Amino acid sequence: MTSTPTAPAVPLPAPHDMRCPFSPPPAYTEAARTSSVTRAELPDGSPCWLVTGYPEVRTVLSDRRFSADARHPAFPLFTPGRRELFARNPSFIRLDDPEHARLRRMVTGDFLVKRVEAMRPGIQQIVDDALDRMTDGTTEADLVAAFALPVPSLVICLLLGVPYEDREMFQRLSRTLLNNTSGVDEVAKAQQELQDYLGGLAAHKKEHPAEDILSRLAARDDLTLQEIASTGILLLIAGHETTANMIGLSTVLLLDRPDQVAKLADPAALPGAVEELLRHTTIVQTGLPRVAVEDVELEGTLIRAGEGVFAMLSTANRDERMFGADGRLPADEVDLDRDARRHLAFGFGVHQCLGQPLARAELQIALATLFRRLPGLRLAAPRSELVFRDDTVVYGLKSLPVTW
Amino acid sequence: MQVSVDRDRCCSSGLCATNAPEIFDQDDRDSLVRLRQTVFLPSQFADLRLAAELCPSGAITVTEDIGTTPTQETDTAR
Ligand code: SF4
Repeated sequence: MTSTPTAPAVPLPAPHDMRCPFSPPPAYTEAARTSSVTRAELPDGSPCWLVTGYPEVRTVLSDRRFSADARHPAFPLFTPGRRELFARNPSFIRLDDPEHARLRRMVTGDFLVKRVEAMRPGIQQIVDDALDRMTDGTTEADLVAAFALPVPSLVICLLLGVPYEDREMFQRLSRTLLNNTSGVDEVAKAQQELQDYLGGLAAHKKEHPAEDILSRLAARDDLTLQEIASTGILLLIAGHETTANMIGLSTVLLLDRPDQVAKLADPAALPGAVEELLRHTTIVQTGLPRVAVEDVELEGTLIRAGEGVFAMLSTANRDERMFGADGRLPADEVDLDRDARRHLAFGFGVHQCLGQPLARAELQIALATLFRRLPGLRLAAPRSELVFRDDTVVYGLKSLPVTW
Repeated sequence: MQVSVDRDRCCSSGLCATNAPEIFDQDDRDSLVRLRQTVFLPSQFADLRLAAELCPSGAITVTEDIGTTPTQETDTAR
């Protein structure tokens, strides 16, 4: 039996409560308390669904009756800019199989677990160099600009074959694409610039191949230049913004919990600690959009074909039924001893993050090295003055003043 | 316990190889899942169940069978 909920629709995207910046926006938590499936409303007034419970989020993300194809006219998106972007040239995360699988498989080989494991010494070197530069002759820095952002940016630039010298340009453009306040023209322009930049690089690499992903993509004759460029944009953006914000937010969480920092020094406990940080932080706080392509009944609610859905990773990862058991702290608390491996921070289903082995290696190395080398690390500004980014797809800190 | 992997479904997330590296591998040629073992010890059963539960594409199936039924690998991906 299905029922129609009567509560007023939750307006999306909902803001965080900055007194509690690590918790999902109160509107989502509130919705999750009463039901796993709630009526919601996009900024343009069109209706959609908010799915907040752990099992339901897993269902939405793995059931093919929910499509990831953003070219679908009813696909739920926060901004007209994003609709424009995906209509022009979607990367594979906004496509369904078989198109999605065809493009994704072009790059899966670069993120194999064993390939990433072999990259650990190189990542360690990048982390050490960044800390050397950050601590050179000073005892204060903005951890975001000096460490959290450079480390993953350098790694993805090396992998892709993008010159790190160009970072100011592509970091600025990717922020425009990720920001919920960017206008249609701004988004179209930023996307075109990135597309031209990566397309140009790929064209060059076709003639002068090197040992990198863009060169390998450029050498294939079953890909268009546009497909290469949009895959490049996806990897470039996903590769740096996500991990950078995870490092920044995790650092603040750990500075507040000195007793738990010891876990990072224990190689056996480090991977589990990072899973818990991923679960608790869940940086894709706006959720993952999908559109139903058939009628689906979810938790007694009928979602009709053509209706949009947001799968909220953040509330699913705080689902007490899933993470509050075993005598551990409540799901809202960070507990580095918790078995958090079932978290959905990388999504679920066939679109689950392709770069997760790399993200794990980077986070483990970056956080363990940071706290080992700077045991006296602390905030250099009052906690209340930290500025969080609330208007973007990837949640995080604008800056993080620290001293040691 | 019987384990089968459906390579057609695998989306190469690598989670199985991360959580149970002695049991699961990713093929160098197509990045898809490969089983490294055919017979499992009871000490590996928990890892196997977790790998099946966490596989995002539903490519790993664990059948709670008694005995040493051989494992299988569906290989229609090539
Ligand atoms: S967890 Fe599943 S999808 Fe991921 S590599 Fe293993 S079999 Fe493939």
